[in-house]
Amino acid sequence: MNLSSTLPGLIVASSLLPGLVIFFLREGSQFTRTLLNLGGAFAKLVLVGIMIWGVFHEKVYATRWTLAPGLELALHADALSVLFVTLSTILWFVTTLYAIGYLEHSPKRSRFFGFFSLCVSATVGLALAANLFTFVIFYELLTLATYPLVAHRGNTEAIRGARIYLVYTLGGGLALLLGAVWLHAVAGPVTFVEGGVLSRLPEQTYSQLKWIFVLLVLGLGVKAALVPLHGWLPQAMVAPAPVSALLHAVAVVKAGAFGIVRVVYDVYGVEFAADLNLLLPLGVMAAVTIIYGSIKALSQDNLKKRLAYSTVSQVSYIALGTATLGPIATIGGVVHLVHQGVMKITLFFAAGNYAETLGVHKVSEMNGIGRRMPGTTLAFTVGALGMIGIPPVAGYVTKWYLGLGALEAGAAAWVLPVLIISSLLNAAYFLPVLYRAWFLEAPVDWPNEHPRTGWFETTGALFWPPVATAVLALAAGLFAAAPYSPLEWAELIAEREYLR
Amino acid sequence: MEVDVLVLSVALPLCGALIAVAWPRRCEVVGMLTAFAVSVAAVLTLVQVLVVGALQHEMGGWTPGLGIALRVDILSAVFLVLVGLVVLASSVYATGYFGQPREKAHFWPMWLLLLAALNALVLSSDLFNVYVTLELLGLTAVSLAALSGQRAAIDAALRYLLVGLLGSMVYLAGVALLYLGYGTLDLPAIATQIESEPIAWLALCLMTGGLLLKTALFPLHFWLPPAHANAPAPVSAVLSALVVKAGFYLVMRLWIDLFPALLTPSTGLLLGIPGAAAVLWGSWQAFKAERLKLLAAYSTVAQLGYLFLGLALLFQLAPGPTRDVLFGGIVLMALTHGFAKAGLFLAAGMVQKRSGNDQISNLGGMAQRMPVTTFTIALAGVALIGLPPSGAFLGKWQLLSSALGLGQWLWVIVVATGSMLAAAYVFRVLERAFAGSSQPDAPVAIAREEWPALLLSAIAAVLLGVGSGWLWPLLGNDI
Repeated sequence: MNLSSTLPGLIVASSLLPGLVIFFLREGSQFTRTLLNLGGAFAKLVLVGIMIWGVFHEKVYATRWTLAPGLELALHADALSVLFVTLSTILWFVTTLYAIGYLEHSPKRSRFFGFFSLCVSATVGLALAANLFTFVIFYELLTLATYPLVAHRGNTEAIRGARIYLVYTLGGGLALLLGAVWLHAVAGPVTFVEGGVLSRLPEQTYSQLKWIFVLLVLGLGVKAALVPLHGWLPQAMVAPAPVSALLHAVAVVKAGAFGIVRVVYDVYGVEFAADLNLLLPLGVMAAVTIIYGSIKALSQDNLKKRLAYSTVSQVSYIALGTATLGPIATIGGVVHLVHQGVMKITLFFAAGNYAETLGVHKVSEMNGIGRRMPGTTLAFTVGALGMIGIPPVAGYVTKWYLGLGALEAGAAAWVLPVLIISSLLNAAYFLPVLYRAWFLEAPVDWPNEHPRTGWFETTGALFWPPVATAVLALAAGLFAAAPYSPLEWAELIAEREYLR
Repeated sequence: MEVDVLVLSVALPLCGALIAVAWPRRCEVVGMLTAFAVSVAAVLTLVQVLVVGALQHEMGGWTPGLGIALRVDILSAVFLVLVGLVVLASSVYATGYFGQPREKAHFWPMWLLLLAALNALVLSSDLFNVYVTLELLGLTAVSLAALSGQRAAIDAALRYLLVGLLGSMVYLAGVALLYLGYGTLDLPAIATQIESEPIAWLALCLMTGGLLLKTALFPLHFWLPPAHANAPAPVSAVLSALVVKAGFYLVMRLWIDLFPALLTPSTGLLLGIPGAAAVLWGSWQAFKAERLKLLAAYSTVAQLGYLFLGLALLFQLAPGPTRDVLFGGIVLMALTHGFAKAGLFLAAGMVQKRSGNDQISNLGGMAQRMPVTTFTIALAGVALIGLPPSGAFLGKWQLLSSALGLGQWLWVIVVATGSMLAAAYVFRVLERAFAGSSQPDAPVAIAREEWPALLLSAIAAVLLGVGSGWLWPLLGNDI
């Protein structure tokens, strides 16, 4: 078998095929389902490992399949896609373990895990997409695969949240589609190339290119939850915790942010985009989102909602880094794809553990929870400190590079205040939670405590995932300068974007 | 030997129908065998066309003009396969759907006649033969639509009958004019002589008008929703997926093969504007529909609109690769809709049978009670909205791309609005299906009815999108 032309396809298939089989399993066949889930997740890890090794050794991986004249389903491995694929694959593995533990006794598991696998397949597909057409396909598939997950519980609230989610994402998908078709009509098939491909177009197309950019960013901005397109995100909180974790850290929100990075760097080219005056509006939009999300997070008592608004705010760091010209800011933006994912998934796992083990859903119920569930709370603390930007957790690396990048680009006058204000706000909505959790007296009874089984504060399947991701978040910060760290990889990406 | 398959496509179902009448006790077996054989013949025909190119068969050795000629090119071969597969799947479904021997004895002969009419229509290359097949198609379709014997079905079928007859008469008047003007009815023979003159124009208008009435293009769609919504499920499936498309197929054939001399780029607007209106009106009505089958029927009105909208764009493009690609896109949309709509109607039939009615408000908990059926509806919905990886996604991409290339934004807005409305009506159903009862009733599983529907939907939503790359360049050669 020729790996160089099949590997990207295999990586998508490694979750797609198990997912399709899972749909047809009986509810009771837990063993087969778990085997397929973990087998798929593990196979994907191995395949991605091979890909990283190959890309490092300058091998080229590309899978192509013609759908129609001029329209090719193409997957490839470049530095940026490897970064995102690795992130999704590792976090999917962890989330699968977590989801198996979380949903152990609930109904409709076959349906859940089927769509769960499709969701990851779509994410990996858009990470590997080699052209805009392929990206659009997987972007829409992601919408379709996540809808049933958000609606999973089937109660009025879930259906309502899912409907809002769908209205936003399908609307965004349409904008993206129109932008992509239009660009296709103007420029022909658009392949992602480091440094961008559009600067060679004649000048009379520039005004069209600007409108196309607006459409594309509108479409991507919905999933990336840029204000004012963020309205679905807090509503989608009704989904089960593993779904929220995946949605916020890896799949949906990240797909939007990743798409913005792709469009700016590999379609337009960051310098060309700056020449067209497209970056400043994007940057302003990101800045407004960062501040707005943080302010909204302050007043949320529901823990998952607070985290959701925090996501709104944090994901826009990626867009902010993208919109700031210069390699340093690029590094900050791209590396945050990984950092935000690892930190946010930790926070959501922890929130899920509180809800599942003790029935705690609100910040105001978290008094003294650190003593009842020290491991989970420690993980939560690591994630929260990282979000604020306190070393040595990964978040500070992002903020450091964004700040430096802003100085380099001469945009310090407005980027630095945004960073500072947002960090203060981050502290304002996270530190009180930590204070409650560690220093206040615990109540006599928790809202809905499950009896303790075994050694840990909760079941093993729920306990280990947040601990593992918290360790990853710490490691990404502590060993930021080590080879193969996310930061190192982001530097490689930035180097390629600017040198070619 | 090569041409025999062509004859088989028409002869087999005709013979099957006769046997089924003569032997009512075994009509189901006869019907199934015939449907299967016809599908095989259709696939073989396609393979032959792929290998050796377009084929013609003169029945009994009589040359066209006097005799009957059957002709097949890649376009008709593809439609033959669509007809064959949809009818086969619906036949399997029908064996479970019709329980009473009386129902079966009424259903199968008509069903096979309808199949013969469809195949003959696709293969005819003579305008009068087309008329004959149209009449046969119309009559069998009406009697099948009235099969349930309920008041609403009879009323709708009667209206369908009158509209169908009117449509064929108007078409026939056009054919007569052409014969008057050019002295032949053979399609290729007329095509070589035709010029832009009043008689040709009048013939074009009459023939197109008659066919549009049969195709239910807005605003001539009024008869379709009740007729399709009240027929038995396998019949609805074939009516919506194939019968109305036969009209579209003929319009496309006539405009592209017969009348190109008359057409200016703006003539296409005569089809495109009603098409655009159909997209918007049909989708809106589907969104408001309270019954699942009515929703599916209005959705057909809308989906036909896209096809005519596509033709309007097609006639504005100069011959060349762009036009060929758009043509492929339109054909792919027609195919996708055929498979998807058949799947949707079959699924709706199951819902109706299990819960007594097909009110959308009653669908709560369906995702757990009937998971396979829900999945079928979801896949069909993906194809109707035009989301990837369905064939309609690629088709819509080409529509949008052509409209943008021509700088005609109105079409873009229509397609975009239609897609959003389609999403609204599809997800209104799915939302109900996902809602409710966490205590599931035991899931129902009736493989004989569930699987044909699921396969049809899956072909539309996945296979035609992912596996049709080879077809496009070939379709381009046809026009």
